[in-house]
Amino acid sequence: MKRTVPLMIVMVGGILMMVQYFIPHQYSQVILDNYVEWAPIVGAFALILGVGSLTRLHTHKIRRKAKNWQYSWAVLIPLFGMPFFALIVPQSLGGGSEVHGVHDFLFMHIQVPIQSTMFSLLAFYIASAAFRAFRAKSALATILLLAAVIVMLGQVPIGDVLGKWLPNTGLWILRYPNLAAKRAIMLGVGFGMLATNLKIIFGVERNWLGGAGK
Amino acid sequence: MYDTIGIWVGAFFTLAIYSFLYKENPVYRLAEHLVVGISLGYTMVLIYNSVILPKLLEPIFAGNHLILIIPGLLGLLYITRFIPSIAWLSRYPIAFIMGTAMGVAFPLTMKAYVLRQLEAAMVPLYSSGMPWYEVFGNIVMIFGTLAALIYFFFSKPHKGLFFGTGSKIGIWVIMLGFGATFGFTVMGRISLLIGRIQYLLGDWLHLIE
Repeated sequence: MKRTVPLMIVMVGGILMMVQYFIPHQYSQVILDNYVEWAPIVGAFALILGVGSLTRLHTHKIRRKAKNWQYSWAVLIPLFGMPFFALIVPQSLGGGSEVHGVHDFLFMHIQVPIQSTMFSLLAFYIASAAFRAFRAKSALATILLLAAVIVMLGQVPIGDVLGKWLPNTGLWILRYPNLAAKRAIMLGVGFGMLATNLKIIFGVERNWLGGAGK
Repeated sequence: MYDTIGIWVGAFFTLAIYSFLYKENPVYRLAEHLVVGISLGYTMVLIYNSVILPKLLEPIFAGNHLILIIPGLLGLLYITRFIPSIAWLSRYPIAFIMGTAMGVAFPLTMKAYVLRQLEAAMVPLYSSGMPWYEVFGNIVMIFGTLAALIYFFFSKPHKGLFFGTGSKIGIWVIMLGFGATFGFTVMGRISLLIGRIQYLLGDWLHLIE
């Protein structure tokens, strides 16, 4: 019951869904339709695990007054404030239809700026990484450096000023050698995914069972 | 008023994140924790509004889709993860999602990651009127893909004309690809940085148009 039944569910479900793709019959379509209807419902409940674990972690931190426990309030308040303001009191801040509620405000003016700033922050770190990676110490490092410089210059106006060949070469690198490398990696990833799929379906890979209740 | 406060709050948190460039500090830590709470809270609202309500609760309460109680109950089994004595029950919904997702993904992965890629790699090297750089590009693309695949083939030692030379050409192609990808990523991040600077200097301080 604890391990065999879940493994059987995986095997039966996996084989069924795999086979239905190759059988263009109405029953096969019914199976797919039901799956499309059921899977998001079951999957949605997984969010409970995430919210539960995060809440437990931060309430523990607050209760034990662990290091930096004050910041745990900054997680818990918006975590439950967002659904409260979105679902229970979704009134707009200004009363009009143009002005949105508190949850919209939190999303648009805190979440969006923080996330895009975090990504833009990577520009600084990627620049320092480039300094280390792009030192032309060997022929391969030189190729890496040249490709990156040509692609970067090809995308900015100064590249056009330096010569038409620069954006064209940048585009050529992106379209041909870059595509060749990406395609080879993609094929490798694809075969890896297929092998993992089969290993999970046939119960060879069982790490997903975890240790819950043994 | 709403917009003005919003822009000030946005600018404050933008600067809070950039303050990390100097060193980690309480304002950055606050922003970091807030974003975790808000994003998960937002996801909860999104999932409730787009899945739980329209696909589960409304059809069940309308009385015409009572069968949906089954996936609902199956989903609820996730909660047993928090009760150690029956935590193993949470494997059932995971098994359902895992098995079916693997089954659905198998033919789709085969199609998108293998067959389509092979099909797209099989292009004529030359056709009339094709410029030289496209012909050269096609040669690089086809033989480059093969060479890069040889480089990733670890079942044979990379020696001899086929495996040795092939893997050497392969690593050159891969380096070109990595360089191009790196350059492309840098440009993407820089444009995000420009966007944030425009936000601070334009929307917030009105120093630029």
